[in-house]
Amino acid sequence: MITYALFFAFGCFGLALLLNLWRIVTGPDSADRILALDTMVINAIALMVLYGIWRGTAVYFEASMLIAMVGFVSTVAYCRFVLRGDIIE
Amino acid sequence: MHIALEIAVSAFLVIAGVFGLVGSFGLIKLRDTMQRLHAPTKATTLGVGGVLIASMVYHWADGGQITFHELLITLFLFLTAPVSANFIAKAYLAQNVAEKDLPEPLTEHGWAIYNDPPLIEEAKEALDEGRA
Repeated sequence: MITYALFFAFGCFGLALLLNLWRIVTGPDSADRILALDTMVINAIALMVLYGIWRGTAVYFEASMLIAMVGFVSTVAYCRFVLRGDIIE
Repeated sequence: MHIALEIAVSAFLVIAGVFGLVGSFGLIKLRDTMQRLHAPTKATTLGVGGVLIASMVYHWADGGQITFHELLITLFLFLTAPVSANFIAKAYLAQNVAEKDLPEPLTEHGWAIYNDPPLIEEAKEALDEGRA
């Protein structure tokens, strides 16, 4: 039963990544693109944790923690660049 | 694995998948950038939280020991989602909304997205005086 639920979740988050990609391509504003990239990072973390459940291993948590941190820092850096024209003043 | 735990993990996975899909579908569906900010920051964060809870229950039932890595990731995501949403809203305001369209600020300093922070402003004035 877990296998079916797992593949349902894989499908949902994969489709979510495609929708985010659509927003990155068509987004009329750079704020839209930053938002879509941030959502893509979160969806990628979810996919990675799902893969860890599927394989029955716990080694992917460190990777997803690192991706979460890098994703947050890159979102803030991109926003600061749009806001101030500079990242570290 | 016990059948109740299996049902719990499956339910968490299905709920998380639906939440994640709704969050990213809202990013496509909603009309305005400020409206679009709502869907991913709330629904997707909840979806990834559901996946992490499912993973925690699964590894606890599978390996016998409970781990707190997932709680750390959940805590980190729940802390950073509002901060990044606030930053994205500020970036949108700075690019698309003029200062005169925003309401008057209540304090003596203006909107942070258009003016320098007070300390930087004072430092710049001091620098100009030193040059003159």
